[in-house]
Amino acid sequence: MTDSNGRRPAISRRDLLRTAGAAGAAALVPGAVAAVTEETPATPSPASTGEVQGQVGGSLPSEPAPFFARPLTNLTARETEILSAMVDRLIPSDEMGPGALEAGVIRYIDRALSEAESDAADAYRSGLAALDTYSRYTRGGPFIDLSTIDQDSVLIDVQIGAATGAGVGFVGGSGSFFNLVKSHTWQGMFGDPEYGGNVNFAGWDLLDYPGVRLRVSPEDQRRMEAGQLEPVRRSAYDYSIFE
Amino acid sequence: MSTQLRGTDVVIVGLGAAGGVAALPLAEAGLSVVGLEAGTWLDQRDFAPDEIRNNYRDWPMLVKKAEQERPTSRATSATTANQIGGHPMMNAVGGTTLHYWAQSWRLNPWDFRLVSETTRRYGASRIPYGSTVEDWPFGYDELEPYYDRVERELGISGQAGNIRGNINSRGNRFEGPRERDFPMPPLRWTAFHDRMADAARSMGWSPFPGPAAINTETYQNRPGCGYHGFCNKGGCPINAKNATHITTIPRAVDTGNLKVVTRAHVTTLEVGTDGRVSGVNYVVGSNEYFQPAKVVLIASYTYENVRLLLLSKSRAYPDGLSNNHGQVGRHYFSHHQGAGVGALFPYDIGAWYGLPAQGVAVDDWADDNFDHSDLDFIGGGNLWAMSDRRPISAASMSTYGQGRNWGSAWKRFIHEHSDRTHGAYIQKTTLPYEDNYLDLDPQVTDPLGLPVIRITGQYKDNERAIAAFMQDKMEEWYREAGAIEVNRGGLGNTMGASTHAYGGTRMGDDSETNVVDRWGFSHEAPNLGVLGASVMGTSGARNPTLTSQALSWRTAAHLVESWTDIAE
Repeated sequence: MTDSNGRRPAISRRDLLRTAGAAGAAALVPGAVAAVTEETPATPSPASTGEVQGQVGGSLPSEPAPFFARPLTNLTARETEILSAMVDRLIPSDEMGPGALEAGVIRYIDRALSEAESDAADAYRSGLAALDTYSRYTRGGPFIDLSTIDQDSVLIDVQIGAATGAGVGFVGGSGSFFNLVKSHTWQGMFGDPEYGGNVNFAGWDLLDYPGVRLRVSPEDQRRMEAGQLEPVRRSAYDYSIFE
Repeated sequence: MSTQLRGTDVVIVGLGAAGGVAALPLAEAGLSVVGLEAGTWLDQRDFAPDEIRNNYRDWPMLVKKAEQERPTSRATSATTANQIGGHPMMNAVGGTTLHYWAQSWRLNPWDFRLVSETTRRYGASRIPYGSTVEDWPFGYDELEPYYDRVERELGISGQAGNIRGNINSRGNRFEGPRERDFPMPPLRWTAFHDRMADAARSMGWSPFPGPAAINTETYQNRPGCGYHGFCNKGGCPINAKNATHITTIPRAVDTGNLKVVTRAHVTTLEVGTDGRVSGVNYVVGSNEYFQPAKVVLIASYTYENVRLLLLSKSRAYPDGLSNNHGQVGRHYFSHHQGAGVGALFPYDIGAWYGLPAQGVAVDDWADDNFDHSDLDFIGGGNLWAMSDRRPISAASMSTYGQGRNWGSAWKRFIHEHSDRTHGAYIQKTTLPYEDNYLDLDPQVTDPLGLPVIRITGQYKDNERAIAAFMQDKMEEWYREAGAIEVNRGGLGNTMGASTHAYGGTRMGDDSETNVVDRWGFSHEAPNLGVLGASVMGTSGARNPTLTSQALSWRTAAHLVESWTDIAE
């Protein structure tokens, strides 16, 4: 090839791609065109074994994987409380299984605000403050102290864009703040555990999603259609090809 | 200061779907080719099945040129254009073929002769008011050998419906005659696809599997599809998707005649005093280069093709290169792919694994395959029931009026219904109109300070009438297959930035209304060629990539045959 960079970078591809936007990483070069990589799972990472439970309130225990080994960095303790109460109503823990908090959605969002979603940090800051203000004005107390029924009714107002009023301060309307948080909550609940959410595959289990596979045979497809395909509990990045 | 490089025979601007194909016949003919690509090489190890990255963030792009120059759009010239939404195109060697759906359709013969066929069958008054549509300068038969060639060079799977006039009802009986079968059988069907096909047949329709640039068996030493479910905006981790970075481009590199330059951001084309193109200016980081060439082929997607021409002003072309007839940016249209239809089924449909190119097509209501005498539109749509489901998107499904889309009741809903929803993809005939066009935005620029493209465009009565008609047909089909709820999107208004963007450098014999001639070369600057859907004057009811690739091969083959006339 006549590309200017002839060698693979020394650091791993997952780290490279994670930091590429900010750091301007070296160009990647193609491997052999005909190479067919076998579907070989690597040793599961802590992210996918489910031993790590999501924490609320900014005091995560020490954890072995580098991208886990830090406390919440973007959300303040107060913001974390409000956001936790909100996502706990969006996807509650109940008889159907774990909710957003156990699935690590707070950690997912906090990390995302340092990475791909850094543009959203101001919207979280102002939106969480506005949610609390709106709760005080209309329901007589801070959002975290409301009953779940009142919390839900506040969130319905916020979702449909009705959370307005002097001093409430949703930038661009309360509906867009709701959609932002909902979108990130769904990513944290149902996305790949590599990003800090979907702990214990709680989101995928709720959907009965049978997991990340690189090849699905006709027999696998038939088993899935019969509801008999065992789920694969593995992050995409636990396949050695993507490390 | 700009560094002047050694001259070359041909420069291709952009090594994606179109440029990545044209490079091969040129390099094989012994021409010395420089391929300037804004992106970098990526490979299968970069293509983790990761929905957050593929579908919600930025994919593994290391260069985001297209994203930084995404067009602004507005419905009419009376309003201000806004730069909203992301840009779906990919900067990399192979371009958007790395993550596209890989549906690889031929156009219907009617699409090439839309004006004359409509006039013959229904009268000239049926051409929609204000449309600038023309017949192509040639018919389907002219392009058939090039379709056939690229189907083999790339590797297209599918089921033929018409081989030299012999109709096979397992394939598309409405397709134009093909010389021979596809090189590979079609992608497999699931139980749900079988059910949809049965429903279509019970209504007297003709279902068939769609064509795809995806291996279904070992082809060119690469394996068949793994059906892993992350094909939509995902690269293939087993190299079964036949993107140009693993097909035509490496073979062109192997000839020793293609030099690939990555991270090359082309800014303008240079013109000599004779009105011929003399080469290309580009930057890599903060370094500027001038690459002289005997022939320049621009293949950088519709928006960037038009933008490069409009930005390349010179004494010979004061309004932009090859724009002395004012046609650059005209006859633009974004394919009407919206106005979708969704359905909820009372049974799991088994869509967790599979891909958007795998499914059941119905062409009974496409093109002119049905009588339009008593209808208020011409053209139609291709109904496509595919497989496409991933966890986040599944959990984001409509609740079809069955309550809020969050909370405990929703958890029960999604647990039961996550695999019971389906969204139809319906591509529709879309026409060019006088007041739909591309130009340079007067305010918004890219990081280099160069204006981005502005789309002024609106779907008209014909497109909206097709959309409403097709939604009815899709609902009938879903209901026949047992759907218990059906919902519909809006009929379409403003034409936004699209992965199916046509026109702006239209191909035709008349230099008063077209930028390039029947071979893809400029009517004004004879050594300038244009590759990609920007040369297409009609969309048909199907994806543009294969047609754009067949045209690219044809333009390259013509250049080889006519080298002396064009280059010297």
